[in-house]
Amino acid sequence: MTRKITEPAGQTRRGALRTLAAGAGAAALPLWARYAQAQTSEPIRVGFQVHRTGIGAAYGRWYDRTTQAAAKLINEAGGINGRPLEIVAEDDGTDAKRGAEVVEKLATQLRCDVGFGTLFSHVVIGSAPRAGELKLPYFVVSEGHHVASGMLNRWTLQPGITDVKSQVQAMAPYVSSTLGKKVTMIFPDFAFGHDHRDYFTAALEAQGGQVLEHIAIPPTETSFTRYFPRIPRDTEVIYHVMVGPAVLTFVKELGEFFGPSRPELFGFIDSLEAVSLASPGLEFLDGSYFWEGNPRYAQSDQTSHDAFFREQVGVDENGASVSDPDDVSTYAHMFGCWETLYVIKKGMEIAGYQGPDDRAALIEAVEGIGEMELSDQHPQGAKRFNGKTHQAFGHQYISQVQGGKLIKVHTTSIEDTLYPDEVDYTTQSL
Amino acid sequence: MNEGLGKSAALHVGLIVVLAAIQFVLPEYHQGNLARIMVLAGYAAGYNILFGYTGLLSLGHALFFAAGMYGMGLSIRLLDAAPAPALLAGLAAGAVVSLVIGVLALRTAGVAFMIVTLMFAQAGYLTILLMGAYTRGDEGFVISQAQRVMWGIDLSDPVNRYYAALILFAACLLVTLRLLRTRFGRALIAIRENEERARMLGYDVFRLKLGAVVISGTMSAASGAAYGLLFGYAGAGFASVQYSIFPLLWVLLGGAGTALGPFVGTLFMFYLIDLSSGLTTAYMLVAGVVLVLVTLFAPQGLAGELRRRAWRWLP
Repeated sequence: MTRKITEPAGQTRRGALRTLAAGAGAAALPLWARYAQAQTSEPIRVGFQVHRTGIGAAYGRWYDRTTQAAAKLINEAGGINGRPLEIVAEDDGTDAKRGAEVVEKLATQLRCDVGFGTLFSHVVIGSAPRAGELKLPYFVVSEGHHVASGMLNRWTLQPGITDVKSQVQAMAPYVSSTLGKKVTMIFPDFAFGHDHRDYFTAALEAQGGQVLEHIAIPPTETSFTRYFPRIPRDTEVIYHVMVGPAVLTFVKELGEFFGPSRPELFGFIDSLEAVSLASPGLEFLDGSYFWEGNPRYAQSDQTSHDAFFREQVGVDENGASVSDPDDVSTYAHMFGCWETLYVIKKGMEIAGYQGPDDRAALIEAVEGIGEMELSDQHPQGAKRFNGKTHQAFGHQYISQVQGGKLIKVHTTSIEDTLYPDEVDYTTQSL
Repeated sequence: MNEGLGKSAALHVGLIVVLAAIQFVLPEYHQGNLARIMVLAGYAAGYNILFGYTGLLSLGHALFFAAGMYGMGLSIRLLDAAPAPALLAGLAAGAVVSLVIGVLALRTAGVAFMIVTLMFAQAGYLTILLMGAYTRGDEGFVISQAQRVMWGIDLSDPVNRYYAALILFAACLLVTLRLLRTRFGRALIAIRENEERARMLGYDVFRLKLGAVVISGTMSAASGAAYGLLFGYAGAGFASVQYSIFPLLWVLLGGAGTALGPFVGTLFMFYLIDLSSGLTTAYMLVAGVVLVLVTLFAPQGLAGELRRRAWRWLP
C-alpha cells in the first residue's frame, strides 16, 4: 500500500533520481538558452481586435475570415522569421470603451506582439491612446483619416488600406469630368459624413465643379422623402454616402421621388457593403456609380492576384461567400486585413523581430517599407506607404451598376489620392 | 448603532486600504482593469444616490457622465486648459446640466421621469453629434499624453492613473457615506420610502430631490471627466443610451441603496463580460443568463443580499 503511494506503477527509485537529475540540469542551463528556445518555438501572436458584435458585426465577420485565410497562408509558407503566426481574436463590441479594454487585454494579458484589425473610427480613436501608452504596435484597417491627420501616435499605423480623405478627393476628377460639375451631397450628419462633405467639396471645387447643396441627414432618421425637395433642380450629380440599414429605404424613396428621370448618382459602396445588389428596392441604382475600394464582382480584366485572394478567402465572382450566395462580403474593405498582415510579416522580417523588445524596431521597419507592388500579398493593387504619416495610398475604383452587377469603369492613379503631409510621426520618440 | 457605525467605517476604509495596497501585487492587466472599475464605480455611486437612496429611476445619466467628459475634454481641446481647471470645468458642466435637467424632469414622476430623462439624454447625445466641428461627433477625440500631466504627475502612467482612480472612488464612497448620516440624506431615504408622508411631514420634496439630482449628476460628471482624462479619449458613444443603462445594471447587481453596491456591481459586471468573452463568442448570452440568475436569487443585489442575510448594519 505504502509502496503504491510513494512509487507509482512503472516508476523506480532509480528512474525518479534520473528525472530529478535531468530537471536539475535543465534548471542549471543559462537563462539565455531557455529564452532562445522559447523564442524559436513560440508563435508570434497577432492580437485581432474584431467587431464580432455591435454595428460593425457584418464587417467583423468578413475581416475575420480574411485574416484567418491570410494567417493560414503565411503559416503554410513557414510563418514569420521561422515562427508560426497565431491570431488571438477578441471582440470589442464595436465600442470605443471596450475597444481600449481589448487593446489592454491583448497587450498585457494575452501577451500579443502587435494589435491589429480595427475598423470603426471611434474604436480606433478610443483605443489608440492605450496602444501608444503600452507601446503596442497597432495596425488598424479603418480607412479613417484619423491616422494621417496626426490625431494618434507613432505606435498606430494604417499600411493596408487607404484613408477616406484620399478616397474622396480621388473621386472628384471623374465625377466632374464624366458625370457633371453641379453636385448635391447627401450624407449622414456625423463625423464620417462630415469628412465626405469637407474633402469632396474642396476637391470638386479644385476641379472647377461646385456643390450646390449639402443635405445632412440626422443619424436617427428613418425616412428621407422630406429632404429631397431641397435638391436643386439644376443638380447634375447626387453624391450620396448613407450608411447603415436605412440605405435601402433611402434608395427606394429616392427612386420614388425622381422616377425615371433622375440626375446621375454617385455613391460610396460603404452604404451597401454586405448588402446584395439584388435586394428589393435597389433596382433604382441601375446605371449609377459607386466608389469601391476593391471591385466586388470579378471583372473582365481580373488579375491572378484577385482570383487567388477570392479563392483563399472563399468569395465567389459575385463577391459573396462560396458556401452561401446570400452572404455578401465587405469586399471593398476586407482586403485591408490581408494586406496588413503581410505588411506586419515584412516589417518583422526586416526588423528581425524576436519579441516585444523589438517592437520599436518593427515600427521603424514598417515606416521604411515605402512601395508595395501588386502581388498575391497586395491583391487590391500597388500601394505607397508614407512612413511619416503612417498611411498607405493606393488605387481607387469607380464602378457602374449594370444589370445588377458592379462593372469597373475607372481606376485612379495613386497620385490622384495623394495630399500634403499633415503630420510626421517619426519625430515622436518610441 | 455605534457598533454598526464602527463596522461600517472599518469595512469601507478597509476596502480603500485594500485597493491602495493591492495594486502592488496585481498583474498589469488587472491593475488597469481595476482603475477603470473604480472610475466607473464612481459613476455608479452617483447613480445610486438618485436611484438607490432617493428612489428616482433615471434613464438619462449618460448625459451627466458625458457632460463631465466633454466639459473636461473640450476645455483641453478648444481652450488648451490644464488638466486641473479642465476637471473643474467638467464638474461645473455636470452640476449645471443636472440642475437644469432636474428642474425640468422633476416636474414628472415615475415612468414619466424615466422617459423625460431618457429623452434629454438622447437630445444631449444628438447635440454632441451635431456639434461635430467641436466634438468630432461619433468619432470623438484623443486627449494626448502631454495634455494629461497634472501638477507634474503624468496621468497616463499606470500607477498614477490607478491612484487617481482610487482617489475619485474613495471620494465618491465617502461622500455617499457622509450623505447618509446627514438630515438631507435621511430625508432622501424618507422620500424613497414614502414620498407623500415626507411631504406631509413638511419636507420640501422638490428641493430635496433636486439636490439629489445635482449631487448625483455632479458625481457622475466627475467620473466622466476622470475617465476621459485618465484614458485619453472622449467620444459620443459615452453619451448613448447604453451608458445610461450601465449604471442602472451595476447598481441593481451590486445592491441599490447600499454604499458598497455600486463598486461590487461594477466589478462583477466588468469581469463577467471579460471572463466570459474569453470562453465563448456568445459571451453576451452568458452575461445575460448570469444576470437573470442574480436577479432571481439575489433580488436586492449582491451587497443587498449580504445585508439581508448577515450584515444588517451595512449602509
